[in-house]
Amino acid sequence: MSTTDTAVDATARARDLLGVSRLTNQALTSWLHGLRGVDQVGCEARAAGLGTRSIKNDSKRWAIDLAISMIDLTTLEGADTHGRVRGLAAKALSPDPSDLTTPRPAAVCVYGDMVATAKEVLGDSGVKVAAVATAFPSGRASMPVKLLDTKDAVTAGADEIDMVIDRGAFLSGDYLTVFHQIAQTKAACGDARLKVIMETGELVTYDNVRRASWLSMLAGGDFIKTSTGKIQPAATLPVTLIMLEAVRDWRELTGEMVGVKPAGGIKTSKDAIKFLVAVNEVAGEDWLDNQWFRFGASSLLNDLLLQRQKMKDGVYSSATYIADDSPSTAY
Amino acid sequence: MAERVDVRKTYKLYIGGKFPRSESGRSYEVYAAPTRAGASPKFLANASQGSRKDARDAVTAARGAQAGWAGATAYNRGQVLYRVAEVMEGRRAQFVEEVRASEGVSPSKADSLVSQAIDRWVWYAGWSDKLPQVLGGLNPVAGPFFNISAPEPSGVVAVLAPQESSLLGLVSVIAPAIVTGNSVVVVSSKERPLPAITLSECLATSDVPGGVVNIVTGDAVEIAPWLASHRDVNGIDLTGAAGLQGEAWGEWERAAADTLKRVIRPGGAGAAAIEPDWSVEPGLQRMSTFLETKTVWHPKGR
Repeated sequence: MSTTDTAVDATARARDLLGVSRLTNQALTSWLHGLRGVDQVGCEARAAGLGTRSIKNDSKRWAIDLAISMIDLTTLEGADTHGRVRGLAAKALSPDPSDLTTPRPAAVCVYGDMVATAKEVLGDSGVKVAAVATAFPSGRASMPVKLLDTKDAVTAGADEIDMVIDRGAFLSGDYLTVFHQIAQTKAACGDARLKVIMETGELVTYDNVRRASWLSMLAGGDFIKTSTGKIQPAATLPVTLIMLEAVRDWRELTGEMVGVKPAGGIKTSKDAIKFLVAVNEVAGEDWLDNQWFRFGASSLLNDLLLQRQKMKDGVYSSATYIADDSPSTAY
Repeated sequence: MAERVDVRKTYKLYIGGKFPRSESGRSYEVYAAPTRAGASPKFLANASQGSRKDARDAVTAARGAQAGWAGATAYNRGQVLYRVAEVMEGRRAQFVEEVRASEGVSPSKADSLVSQAIDRWVWYAGWSDKLPQVLGGLNPVAGPFFNISAPEPSGVVAVLAPQESSLLGLVSVIAPAIVTGNSVVVVSSKERPLPAITLSECLATSDVPGGVVNIVTGDAVEIAPWLASHRDVNGIDLTGAAGLQGEAWGEWERAAADTLKRVIRPGGAGAAAIEPDWSVEPGLQRMSTFLETKTVWHPKGR
């Protein structure tokens, strides 16, 4: 299927869903602004409430393993080297060499030029390679460049593409541009799954987060993702809650499942488990799988491994007992 | 004048330079030592009853602070510790009152104990830039090399503070561990925690970086096993095991051996552990135990 066909498909489907004969910015605007507004106080209170659940030991064991299997082990630094990416990929293959029952993370997430390096190490191990594309993290490049960036990563073997939306266009109300960019990028992905980064830290309001979520799903994103990790605040629980509601409601509407990926700022097992509680409570059990939920993180894996060792051995562990992947400090 | 309402004290822990409540939410009542038989005990304050998770958080804080503290120059560490002695001197009256009430001694005895405690702190502070000269140095070797040994801190040290000597003993176990660049997690005396709490207020208002000293009040019997087995703790001082109800410091030493921790045993022998006499000059052993020796070879020649 050619690039244009898929983009046309997305537009046709959007027309159907919106019940309009021509997909205009005005039609998109009235649809997105017709979504129910987010009750900020209620949303934050609910997120805080979900964070207070007491998790018993057996559940915690299960949750830690699940969380490890949901990690997109990430390095996105200007200082990345092939050696560093190989090291990270090796860590994904055996996260805890002292305990081979430890599950593997879902994917390794790198810049496009590192895809081949990561792929070489990971091979057909089942650990996927995700590449950020479309002029990550700012997204400030012309469309042909963004598409080329995407195709380049896919050609190099990326299984998943993490794209950024044009926040400038979104915030100025040019939803149609954002829609087309996502649809075209999706078309350029071919078989690779597309994660749409909304950079919620720049979207200002929860209402905008909800609108961006719906817009991304409408345009064909396979995943909606909070952040690049380069902007603060990154993945917060309330924002993720809104996104989880969006994917739940999207399935009600269309029957299709879309994944959610909070990224950036999730550093501890405790945080990760709070997110899993939210997934279960808001979206439902179907999303408790690394096909549908991911954590974008680098240091989170180390903390999960420490907690896993603590659960197994009954004594508090130390970073000395975890393979040192010298993670970047940004996550 | 209208009668004042009592300001009832409810103290918290000292972790990472902050004063958090115990994660467990527990607190316990602290009473003065009885001065005569049959007298009803006098209520002093409420103290937080620290849990294993508080100790875990304290170890995390101590680990985070350790590299920076060890990286400061020895001269600077000495100055920072001397500043603590200054702050303690400013709070002398409070310390005297708390030591008197906690230990049930006379005011003059309490005054003398506080003086000794501050002097002990200054004594240890002075060692910061001298210890490397005493414990390290140039080793004679048969070859054209310089061979130089220098002591380095072990890392994070868990300290069970003495149960009886609430200030002098406390200072005598904390100061030697930190002067060399270690950071510490201290479990205070359970029955007599007030001087330790006041010391934490002194530390918080001096220049000691947050996390270098962490003080958890509560029951060492409950917390010590977790510190002894903690893989991120590099040394443990079991001095406070003496006089504990249901103590099993042999078990703790065994757990510590699992991860090759440096250990200071309590005084005395076997189950009859006793507290040392804190009034005598301590010597270097409490400092040198929590040190590693690094030796480097360097070629001589022109």
